Amino acid sequence: MDTVLETISLSKIFGGLKATDNVNFRLEQGARHALIGPNGAGKTTFINLLTGVLTPSDGKILLNGEDITSIKREQRVRRGLARTFQINQLFGKLNVVESLGLVISERRGHGRDWFRWAGTLPGIEDEIASLISDFGLEDVFDHPCSGLPYGKQRLLEIALAIACRPKVLLLDEPAAGVPEADRHEVLSRLSALPSDVSILLIEHDMDLVFNFAEKISVLVSGALFAEGTVDEIANDQRVKEVYLGGADHG
Amino acid sequence: MLTLLFDGLAYGMLLFILSCGLAVTLGLMNFINLAHGAFAMAGGYVTVVLTNNWGVPFLLSLPIAFVGAAVLGLVLERTLYVRMYEKGHLDQVLFSIGIVFVAVAGIDYVMGSQQQILNLPQFMRGRIDVFGIGVGIYRAFLIAVCGLLAVALQLILTHTRFGSRLRASVDDRRVARGVGIRVNVIFAVTFAVGSGLAGLGGALGAEILGLDPTFPLKFMVYFLIVVSVSGTTSMLGPLYASILLGIADVMAKYYVPALGGFVIYIVLVVVLVLRPQGLFSRMN
Amino acid sequence: MQANHSTPTPLSADVRRVMRRPVRWTVIEIAFWVLAVLSWFFLPEQHLILTEIAGIAIFALSIDLILGYAGIVSLGQAALYGAGAYASGLFSIYVTGEPISGLLVGAVAGAVIAFATSFLLLRGGDLTRLMVTLGVAAVLFEIANQTAWLTGGADGLQGITIDPLFGHFEFDFYGHTGYAYSLAVLFVLFVLSRLIVSSPFGISLKAIRDNPLRASAVGIPVAARQVAIYTVAGAYAGIAGALFTQTQQFISLDVLSFQKSADGLMVLVIGGTGYLYGGIVGAVVYEMVQDGIANLTPQYWQFWVGILLVVFVLVGRDRPRELISRLTARAGQMRKSSSETVISKRQET
Repeated sequence: MDTVLETISLSKIFGGLKATDNVNFRLEQGARHALIGPNGAGKTTFINLLTGVLTPSDGKILLNGEDITSIKREQRVRRGLARTFQINQLFGKLNVVESLGLVISERRGHGRDWFRWAGTLPGIEDEIASLISDFGLEDVFDHPCSGLPYGKQRLLEIALAIACRPKVLLLDEPAAGVPEADRHEVLSRLSALPSDVSILLIEHDMDLVFNFAEKISVLVSGALFAEGTVDEIANDQRVKEVYLGGADHG
Repeated sequence: MLTLLFDGLAYGMLLFILSCGLAVTLGLMNFINLAHGAFAMAGGYVTVVLTNNWGVPFLLSLPIAFVGAAVLGLVLERTLYVRMYEKGHLDQVLFSIGIVFVAVAGIDYVMGSQQQILNLPQFMRGRIDVFGIGVGIYRAFLIAVCGLLAVALQLILTHTRFGSRLRASVDDRRVARGVGIRVNVIFAVTFAVGSGLAGLGGALGAEILGLDPTFPLKFMVYFLIVVSVSGTTSMLGPLYASILLGIADVMAKYYVPALGGFVIYIVLVVVLVLRPQGLFSRMN
Repeated sequence: MQANHSTPTPLSADVRRVMRRPVRWTVIEIAFWVLAVLSWFFLPEQHLILTEIAGIAIFALSIDLILGYAGIVSLGQAALYGAGAYASGLFSIYVTGEPISGLLVGAVAGAVIAFATSFLLLRGGDLTRLMVTLGVAAVLFEIANQTAWLTGGADGLQGITIDPLFGHFEFDFYGHTGYAYSLAVLFVLFVLSRLIVSSPFGISLKAIRDNPLRASAVGIPVAARQVAIYTVAGAYAGIAGALFTQTQQFISLDVLSFQKSADGLMVLVIGGTGYLYGGIVGAVVYEMVQDGIANLTPQYWQFWVGILLVVFVLVGRDRPRELISRLTARAGQMRKSSSETVISKRQET
């Protein structure tokens, strides 16, 4: 199995705090890999390091074998790495069409074009339309992002990342804050993601994790605590102790 | 050379008193108050009017200037500023520019546009020789007063309950409210004291910095630089920044007069380059 | 009964309609520009003031590009304006008084200064940017002040003479040529801005304005785009400055002052940011107010401007903009309902 994303001794220290502690992590091609851990374990910090929002104190990050540790955020996206945020990070005043359109223009290398209006890029409307229908945004596509109901915002959050056509997708709690009734929609969108995209998922919702993931890594206090298949982790006594009832949702 | 250092130190201490209020309110309320200099100007004019026209002793006029500016600050904070806290930075900038315009034009109307000459008491004028260094008496006075104030402020900040409540509110306003700290009161008091200190600085500085209606505009950049370069939870940051700026400015104006006016901007650029995360990380 | 492959899906067509919306010239817009042109013919007495309005509008437009579209707060746009003003003034004295090339010189001067200082704006938030822009303008002011042998210092730059436009139309004291010239420049720059803001580049700027974190997370090179628009806005401000020089034929240090930057910002804010017409609307309102106040209290009008500013911000900056949106929306509704009946008719067949 090919490793698409790898970290070698990745560390991040804030003052005296080891937010990420010597993490050696591997994401395989086509993976459905979940990253779990108690609050404050450093999961989002890890994603921030992978995507370049934070600079590591030590260690390396490799994307498809290439060392991307000092490469700028937007360049990592160009190389096929995309992410979503735990708290919706949308473009407030833009509408859904504009938001998706700009990601597509950027991806196709036309983000710099100032001399033509955004709709003249060949096929862009079709691509936007298919993303809108894939993510169930048909009834809100010309609303500004800030006016969307929360569930739709969350779906748009994922759609934006998918519009980058990433090879590696990092999802930070995609179901966070989504009401019970809408969760299945998020889950079905996630399951419908192309199988050649390698996915790392941070989640607290254990139902989602057990339904979606094939492999689980457990992060505790910034360090990799345990790793294995879903069954292995589900039955791991130490993991249960660390969670203190978090895994009881079953 | 040493005289220059001494003068620079005096200038820096003065800048500190003028700016420290802004530093704290900026860190506390996240409010860009470009009108801070207007309070300094108010204090300056109060002192000038009291000493020149009403014969009030200079030393007595200083606390009056402080109180006057503080009261003005309190009134404005409770009536106008409080409505601006939740608004964005652009609104705050425009608002405070409006206040500056009103202040500048108002003072011009009432007092005229000429430089105000302050009549210092006899015993404060002139220089004395200390170990071969020419020491301006007034400047020595400035250093002493500002130094004492700096110490007092730092003690208040670190050793009193008000100080710790203030620091908590700066750190995290919501949490501070959550543990029962009356943040609104803290805002009002801090703003008032900060404005009062600015007024005191304006009064003290009338002799050295000059005083005319354009004061808030002329010195706006100085205050902002001091504030940006320093932190917010202790008085030390603004103090060091002010002293550095004061000495650099005085030295530059003496040795390279043509370049003197640029020094603070060069400092600004240097700081920006050295601290790549931006000057005031809290604001970002 | 759906159509063949060449017809787009209904959703695609809707998407296209949404994307096209900001590109369309509304009836109100066309009416506005027609009126503006007509004003040259029907308001010859007002040409001088109209020239001023056009010039201020371009300056405010330059601020809108960086503030309304990229979210960069600047208190020092006068640096670029003044750079353009002095550059074109000096150009007219030492090289040639030909106006169009003078405009280009102004544009280049503004763009160069903007580009050179843009890297200081990239890091840090609003306060840093305010500081830096203030600082740059203050430095330029000082430089102009100190090099009085070149710039005339506080006495101003004397001896500017501008050749007739296209060798034919003289710049006179009545402003007839001046207004037509300024209006034409405003229109060209406006159309260019319109193109830029609805281009992929322009939309990426809006994304940067709304959420720089997400912008970089979807592959937008945030810093590069900000430098680009700041430079373009610098060129615009430089052109505004050059226009001022050419129509007034005299400039002084005021063009680099904080007052100038504050005025420009204020004009834009009055009209509203982020929709390109804010500068024009604000310039008209500003001139009317200034005229009105100057007649009452010529010396202390700054006082009243300050009061107005405070009240305006307290009451809510968005009110004028919302009013305009509502008006244009109503005009848009009339157009929309007529095109919708066309689509629904087509779908019935």
